[in-house]
Amino acid sequence: MSALPAGTKAPDFSLHTTPDQAVSLHEFRGRRLILAFYPADWSPVCGDQMSLYQEVLPEFQRLRAELLGISVDGVWCHLAFAKDRKLRFPLLSDFEPKGEVARAYGVYHKGSGTSERALFVLDESGTIRWSYVSPIGVNPGADGILEALESLNGGPKS
Amino acid sequence: MSPYAPHLVLPVDEHDHIRGPLTAPITLLEYGDYECPHCGAAHPIVEDIRRRMGRRLRFVYRHFPLTTAHPNAELAAEAAEAAGAQGRFWEMHDRLFEHQDALGEEDLVAHAEALGLDLERFARELADGTHAPRVRQDFISGVRSGVNGTPTFYINDARYDGAYDVASLLGALEAVLRAA
Repeated sequence: MSALPAGTKAPDFSLHTTPDQAVSLHEFRGRRLILAFYPADWSPVCGDQMSLYQEVLPEFQRLRAELLGISVDGVWCHLAFAKDRKLRFPLLSDFEPKGEVARAYGVYHKGSGTSERALFVLDESGTIRWSYVSPIGVNPGADGILEALESLNGGPKS
Repeated sequence: MSPYAPHLVLPVDEHDHIRGPLTAPITLLEYGDYECPHCGAAHPIVEDIRRRMGRRLRFVYRHFPLTTAHPNAELAAEAAEAAGAQGRFWEMHDRLFEHQDALGEEDLVAHAEALGLDLERFARELADGTHAPRVRQDFISGVRSGVNGTPTFYINDARYDGAYDVASLLGALEAVLRAA
């Protein structure tokens, strides 16, 4: 299985972010979107991937992109995690059937039963413009996302 | 999928805080957060490595405050810069990592007093956010360089993803020196 490459239409999905609220990809049409698949809530380090993205959120927004985190954790787990880490972007629950969206994007890791650490940057038309799968155990940071968003603007911008 | 190797996008220059000879053959750079317990744990390890490598190493520290998780980290970073403006960056740096349980605003002033700084100037610069742009600049350079948590280390300009116990980090530095 390999991640959907740039140029691919991003498969639509609808996933719960709270017990009674779902988020669908097509709602973001007309806006740039970052999809950040990650293996699990509660990785035991400061500045884990999602906390880092919370810090970088103003830069993403400056480049007119919104951010969705996606893992196979359930909504209650996401809620507790988001509250603990003070995350102000949605965490989506790819929980039932487990990992279905990760599979559609080619980033489900069978051995662990979770998604890979995979990043997708989508343009306003919902087309994947950049994708990246990080080596196992390595938090990919935010530099690749920022470069991809800037290239949508036609080059680096300070 | 585009392959990329995270590397330092902002080269070390005279604006950086540097410990050790400017012309040392190898550079260890840390993006850190004074309130992060992992950075606190890394501090004596870095000091040990500096002692062992002596004049072969220069150590550079840049700020990467994770303010959502660590409410005192931003002001602590600015306090280190305010001490730096009075020529005492490293003394404050050491003190903050050695007193991670005392990083509130009053604590910072007490640290400045213990170091014998001009307190009026120190307090004014903290209140005015004089050094906030510098801290922000460090943070952004870190994001652009692929910092993925704290601490994140770079050996010369390559991100170091290995463990940061003394043996691992020292081994990695020595290996880069041998390959040079």
